[in-house]
Amino acid sequence: MTEALNELGTYIEAKRPDCVLAWDVTHAELNIDVAPANIVGFVDFLTSDSSCRFSTLVDITAVDYPGRAKRFDVVYHFLSMYQNHRIRLRLSIREDEMVPSIVDVHPSSNWFEREVFDMFGILFSGHPDLRRILTDYGFRGHPLRKDFPTTGYTEVRYDEVEKRVVYEPVSLVQEYRQFDFMSPWEGAEYILPGDEKKEAEAK
Amino acid sequence: MMDGSKFDDALTGEQKIRNFNINFGPQHPAAHGVLRLVLELDGEVVERCDPHIGLLHRGTEKLMESRTYLQNLPYFDRLDYVAPMNQEHAWCLAIEKLTGVEVPRRASLIRVLYSEIGRVLNHLLNVTTQALDVGALTPPLWGFEEREKLMIFYERACGARLHAAYFRPGGVHQDLPDDLIDDIEQWAHEFPDLLSDIDGLLTENRIFKQRNVDIGVVTEEEIQQYGFSGVMVRGSGLAWDLRRAQPYECYDEFDFQIPVGKNGDCYDRYLCRMEEMRQSVSIIKQAIAKLREATGDVLARGKITPPSRTDMKTSMESLIHHFKLYTEGFHVPEGEVYCAVEAPKGEFGVYLVADGSNKPYRCKIRAPGFLHLQAMDHISTGHQLADVAAIIGTMDVVFGEIDR
Repeated sequence: MTEALNELGTYIEAKRPDCVLAWDVTHAELNIDVAPANIVGFVDFLTSDSSCRFSTLVDITAVDYPGRAKRFDVVYHFLSMYQNHRIRLRLSIREDEMVPSIVDVHPSSNWFEREVFDMFGILFSGHPDLRRILTDYGFRGHPLRKDFPTTGYTEVRYDEVEKRVVYEPVSLVQEYRQFDFMSPWEGAEYILPGDEKKEAEAK
Repeated sequence: MMDGSKFDDALTGEQKIRNFNINFGPQHPAAHGVLRLVLELDGEVVERCDPHIGLLHRGTEKLMESRTYLQNLPYFDRLDYVAPMNQEHAWCLAIEKLTGVEVPRRASLIRVLYSEIGRVLNHLLNVTTQALDVGALTPPLWGFEEREKLMIFYERACGARLHAAYFRPGGVHQDLPDDLIDDIEQWAHEFPDLLSDIDGLLTENRIFKQRNVDIGVVTEEEIQQYGFSGVMVRGSGLAWDLRRAQPYECYDEFDFQIPVGKNGDCYDRYLCRMEEMRQSVSIIKQAIAKLREATGDVLARGKITPPSRTDMKTSMESLIHHFKLYTEGFHVPEGEVYCAVEAPKGEFGVYLVADGSNKPYRCKIRAPGFLHLQAMDHISTGHQLADVAAIIGTMDVVFGEIDR
């Protein structure tokens, strides 16, 4: 399996060197890093090339890495029902960058791109109808960004006096608790008040 | 007045015939949940269909990012709540792929057994309620009786009828008692009779055929364009089944057929589902025969699974391990994987990005119904309003998984 994927990776890189930035096979899955500007042509190539035939779009999603300059990874999964193999494409983009929409090649990307826009605020250029999809009508913010709080900003309830649903800022009866069970020996970074030694070290 | 001279204003060009917009759902019984369709009708013919989803959005993916891997498992029951264990399966497979854990044979067989029970659960609900949507009242009554029996099997295995949390990374939570296995076998022998009863009610039924044959035809090209999977593919003649094409668990050692349709219409999809249930029963029987021989543990004992109760009573390390497992949770090595299972509705996938901590960095749930519903506009355009209900029915949408 890995052998065949290695072969496929080499083949794709040889055919489209301008699109492929890097590729690897990990966990028996083929990953290709693609330049954002070339995505439409590259996807079209993957769909039509006879030894790829990635005709089915399985998924489009994004991953948020707030610490990086290129904040978002947009991830595409494709499947070939004819050749029986899968591929994953990754694009790294900055927060203010736009991704070309692949809706002309794969009509099924329509809702996926809407979802990524809704959840991450990534804009897709050339998308026919980039509305929110999963969140409420008139929702603000992009929930799956790491800086969006899990509790959200607004809550709704039915108001008996006004006879309608009202939106209010979230007020929690009890503070939202996020337990940190990480072992103190690995990973967890606790802030100790009055730890002068550490502060001195940092300087 | 009586000569009709005053009535011709209805025929002037001033009054244009305007398409009619209606709101289908979110409270419509044939919408199979909280689906809102904005339909534009020309008379009774659908001109445009805009599904509004997200009314059941619970932010599963966001919630998962702040919980440990094990705490996230029960969220999967709540996605497609018609066949809960099939979803858990994808999550467990993703974790096992990253951690490299080998599932013991008995656990693997139990997973196959319960995945197939889930498939029957799902198809029973889908076939019978779709029949209800097109006017047959009896099938759901019969089908739900059988679903009840299956949910009791769920309950006897894990204590819950729906939200099972039974499949765990590294195996299944508990072993099955022998009498439960006997009862499932007994059921597997009786169930085909009920299937032929439903078959007798529906398959040659004139009204059922009028409502389903040649409705919602899906071609091979549309399958590729709209990313269909599962029965939506097989109904159109492509023998694509992940259990066969990309075998996971121990499906490669089971003997089963993949039913395919010919015309790709609602009726063929119904026939496929009926046959798939028969095949599932055959897999269940095979799994039971294998289970009787495969005795042994049902969890791969190690870092990601709890120690046995006896160990905990005798060994301090086991006790600490148990405590840490259920508070801190296990760590999954850094990496990203995509794992898919052939859920009853189609390809259910989990894309997991792990950062080496005890919580997933990002988890994307790929629900088959999301893509099927997306094609609603394409498929239903040109059909009658009444066919919309039939098409939604055979698409097999459940909003738990679409809205997440």
